[in-house]
Amino acid sequence: MLLKSSKISTVIEWGTLLISTLLVCFFLVVVIWEIVSKGAGQLSWEFISKVPSEGMTKGGILTPIVGTVMLTLLTALFAIPFGVCCAIYLNEYAEDNWLTRTIRASIRNLSGVPSIIYGLFGLALFVQALQLGTSLLASGLTLGLLSLPYIITTTEEALMRIPNSTREAALAVGATKFETIKDVVLPSAMPGILTGVVLTLSRAAGETAPILFTGAAFYINQSSGYLDQEFMALPYHLYMLSTQHQSIEEVRPIAYGTALVLIIVVFFMNLTAFYIRFKYRKNATEM
Amino acid sequence: MKTKLSAENLNISFGTKHVLKNIDIQFVENQITALIGPSGCGKSTLLRSFNRMHDLSSDAKITGKLQLEDLDLYAKSVPVTEIRKRIGMVFQKANPFPKSIYENIAYGLRINNLPCDKSVVEKALREAFLWEEVKNDLKMPATRLSGGQQQRLCIARAVALRPEVILMDEPCSALDPVSTLKIEELIVYLKKKYTIAIVTHNMQQAQRIADKTVFLYLGEIKEEGPTKKIFESPENEMTANYIHGHFG
Repeated sequence: MLLKSSKISTVIEWGTLLISTLLVCFFLVVVIWEIVSKGAGQLSWEFISKVPSEGMTKGGILTPIVGTVMLTLLTALFAIPFGVCCAIYLNEYAEDNWLTRTIRASIRNLSGVPSIIYGLFGLALFVQALQLGTSLLASGLTLGLLSLPYIITTTEEALMRIPNSTREAALAVGATKFETIKDVVLPSAMPGILTGVVLTLSRAAGETAPILFTGAAFYINQSSGYLDQEFMALPYHLYMLSTQHQSIEEVRPIAYGTALVLIIVVFFMNLTAFYIRFKYRKNATEM
Repeated sequence: MKTKLSAENLNISFGTKHVLKNIDIQFVENQITALIGPSGCGKSTLLRSFNRMHDLSSDAKITGKLQLEDLDLYAKSVPVTEIRKRIGMVFQKANPFPKSIYENIAYGLRINNLPCDKSVVEKALREAFLWEEVKNDLKMPATRLSGGQQQRLCIARAVALRPEVILMDEPCSALDPVSTLKIEELIVYLKKKYTIAIVTHNMQQAQRIADKTVFLYLGEIKEEGPTKKIFESPENEMTANYIHGHFG
């Protein structure tokens, strides 16, 4: 009797976990299937190489692709140097006191702030106070701010994983603290740092709220990509096509095509992160 | 017999913990001095105070006079990198840089602005009895070497800088008996050129290689003297109990 009931509880435990897993996978597959099946027909060279035309009912999505690529590059330019330097300072130089702990906790909290708040902050600071106007530059700076906490946190975690014995090895041969970090700690932490950077950027590339008020345009019927001008971006374009366009039924296929392209872009960025990790791990163990 | 390295009235505490108490110790040139004692008695702390490894911990408080010949190791005018160049260190767990075998040796030379070419690297590897085993794989990542080879690489990395003293913190504790013997042989060979201080938990090892043995207990030196005397006729009862394995 006892044996039997324990058997039943084992099945229940196992079953609950399995069903949860299957449920999660089910929804993921449905989402991807929905987008691929309805968007794949749109994918063509014209679709990604032509600018949108005739009120976005015709043409391709080159403008939002260029916009998103430029925006991601700008975000990287603003967020990576400051984020990585800040993480190095916090983990390698700052003493472990209440101030450091407060700064670190604040940064962690910042990564939980909703992105729309960043959007409004960007509008107030970059667009209005600094008079950058609604522009690619203002949006890039706003997304850079949004990405900073993630980059700092992932970089700091990558640095924390490097054992102290590695630092001591460099110090013991007469390296200064800076040389130790530059020549030994950073190269060892690089896979972790790069993975964090790529994942953060792929998240930034898909953001809509922060660029809403700071520079994303509804419709530009020519190629763009200038720092001081408004731009189109894939996620915002998708939002427009799905909810704001006056002939929503007509542009639906383009919306699905846009969603698919956005997913592919983000997927490839994630794949890059995966590849970096794989390559470094291989180097470390065999080569 | 010339004293190479010495500490006089050395006290070290971390926060409220008083780890070393009134230590007076001398390391004689071209001799191997073994530091023995139960875990937590302050052997490693003592060793690491000579190349200023405690600079890293902000709560360490060090008083006393530490000298390399006539040089005050804690004088403000002496750059810490200079001290670490002259006093090399080998750690408990082999910690090669995540770089190639060649780079592991070359790195220290380069940052100290010392001449660095293949012959210098070869000489250091030969001195650590490692050259024959790695001469065809100098570009291989050092992490692929065996534990014993990695530890000899760390010794090569230290001797490449031509230090005057080499501090060794239980260099064989993670190694098998064969690798241990190889490293002991190497240490004995190195004492012709260098002054060596070694922390060890292995009583046989201390007897096999050390000229002088120092017994520490709870942060104090309980007994010191020629190795033979310490092991054959210790004066302190605690020393006798420790070396016979009654505690520790």
